[in-house]
Amino acid sequence: MSLISKPHTAAPTRTRLHQRQDWTAAAFIAPAMVVLALFLLYPLVANFRLSFVNWNGLGNTARDVGLSNWLDLSRDAVFLRALGNNALLAVFSILIQLPLGLLLAVTLSRASRGSVALRIIYVLPLLMSSVAIGTVFRDLYDPNFGAINTALRSLHLDGLAQDWLGDPRFALASVIAVVCWQSVPFYMLLFMAGLSSMPDELREAATLDGASPRVIFWRITLPFLQGTVRTAAVLSLIGSLRYFDLVYVMTGGGPSGSSEVMATYMYRTVFSAFNIGYGAAVSSAMFLIVVVAASAALRLSRRYQTEV
Amino acid sequence: MQRVPRPSRFWATVRRVPGALLTLIWLLVTALPFLIMVLLSLKSQADTYSTPAWAWPRTLDWSHYAAVLHGPFLGYLWNSVFVVAVSVALTLFLSSLAAFALARLPFRLNGLLFGLVVACLIVPVHVTLIPIYLMTRAAHLYDTAFALIGPYVAFSLPISIFILTEFMRQIPRELQEAAQIDGCGPFATYARIFFPLARPGLVTVGIYNGINLWNEFIFAYVLTSTPGHRTLPLAIFDFQGQYSSDIPAVLAVVTLTALPLIVVYIFGQERMVSGLMAGAIKG
Repeated sequence: MSLISKPHTAAPTRTRLHQRQDWTAAAFIAPAMVVLALFLLYPLVANFRLSFVNWNGLGNTARDVGLSNWLDLSRDAVFLRALGNNALLAVFSILIQLPLGLLLAVTLSRASRGSVALRIIYVLPLLMSSVAIGTVFRDLYDPNFGAINTALRSLHLDGLAQDWLGDPRFALASVIAVVCWQSVPFYMLLFMAGLSSMPDELREAATLDGASPRVIFWRITLPFLQGTVRTAAVLSLIGSLRYFDLVYVMTGGGPSGSSEVMATYMYRTVFSAFNIGYGAAVSSAMFLIVVVAASAALRLSRRYQTEV
Repeated sequence: MQRVPRPSRFWATVRRVPGALLTLIWLLVTALPFLIMVLLSLKSQADTYSTPAWAWPRTLDWSHYAAVLHGPFLGYLWNSVFVVAVSVALTLFLSSLAAFALARLPFRLNGLLFGLVVACLIVPVHVTLIPIYLMTRAAHLYDTAFALIGPYVAFSLPISIFILTEFMRQIPRELQEAAQIDGCGPFATYARIFFPLARPGLVTVGIYNGINLWNEFIFAYVLTSTPGHRTLPLAIFDFQGQYSSDIPAVLAVVTLTALPLIVVYIFGQERMVSGLMAGAIKG
């Protein structure tokens, strides 16, 4: 028996062969599919079902409320603010992480000396859990003894010292800064991987023609990395819409909702307010928003794709 | 051919300044939080408030580390090692089986199932959190290490199957045919040819999932509640409650939780980087 289907096998054996291959393949795939169905696909559907009930999570008291959770959600100022914060997070993540990551990748891939040590240190934030990073930065941001305010005061810039996480005006920006601190190395690595597949001849030819490094960057390197930039933007967008860990650890969404994102709102609704149905509506909405945003981003980026 | 004169050496050096400056600034931005974390964890509690965060400790105070290591810290460490090792092993086994079929067995639903796996990549964990929490309670697995393994494997599978399928598609067909001529059925072909040859791919996928799961927070937070069953990221959380205002002690925990991966990273840098990148291949 061949594992490879030949398109022109004799007809009678073909069906039987196919059936047999189907069963063999099923045996290989079934274990993974069972786990996916049980812990990913079923919960996804179950979450949508929960979004149509009102339930505090105890006993058999779930009550069918139809679309009311979804209608409430569409008018819920806290949710809309969280969604707006997610959008801000996405915009600033893309605007900060991609250019910085790209610049670092370009400089680092040119530098030869000492770059191994640099690479090790640059990548460290990627290895730490968000809880660890959030805890360290909460101490750095502390209004009284935190390193940031202490540094500002010792530079006689007392006016710039703030209650970074406790002031609604700064909380979201402070969190976004840490999100970028944590993710820039990822995009740097991504762009370095992209750069490593760029043929040297391209740059050499341009150098021979007298192109300056700036021209080489804009005319050769950047167009070459087009695909990687697109991937990075989509990843950053999806990541920003589902962000949770750092926000939860650093501000919990506060003060007064100023840094609330969809995921922290969902968490609070379910595990603090015990409003399971409404929390399910929040997270289901989040899923739909991620799907719509990701497919829109993919379509957009394909439309503006140019041949290199 | 007309040649434009090459820029002089002086200008070539000047052009490097912004790049070097950026490299240096980012080095400081990255390294300082780590440095301050370690310095603060070695200070006495009084020093944390009276000296700037970046100042060298007046006396190196190791007592926080001793206290943390004598506390339940090692329990958290063991839970992390156990949960991550079992989850990664299961993920590698299940995803390599599935990837072999998707890459090399022509069957009717092949394209559809591969599409389904790719679609699963976009599902945020938060959408499944409530049902998984309820399922875990119903199965009486709440607050056990086993509660985490199911969701951990499920959320590692899509990317792992995706990467390994691409990887196995590149294994030469001749090897598969040779195995069949030698009388290997599909299971033997998988076990003797594809699993061993996919090792580089398996290592990459293993590292990627290992790092992710080692740092996983929300499932561990929601599905466990007592120190005896929680993983390292939660150690920080739980210690914070315990030593609420003792900053050096909390930062000693943070340092200790970050240390294992950093040590592994320094030794296996190349492999780890390829693992870290695995998730982004082709987006």
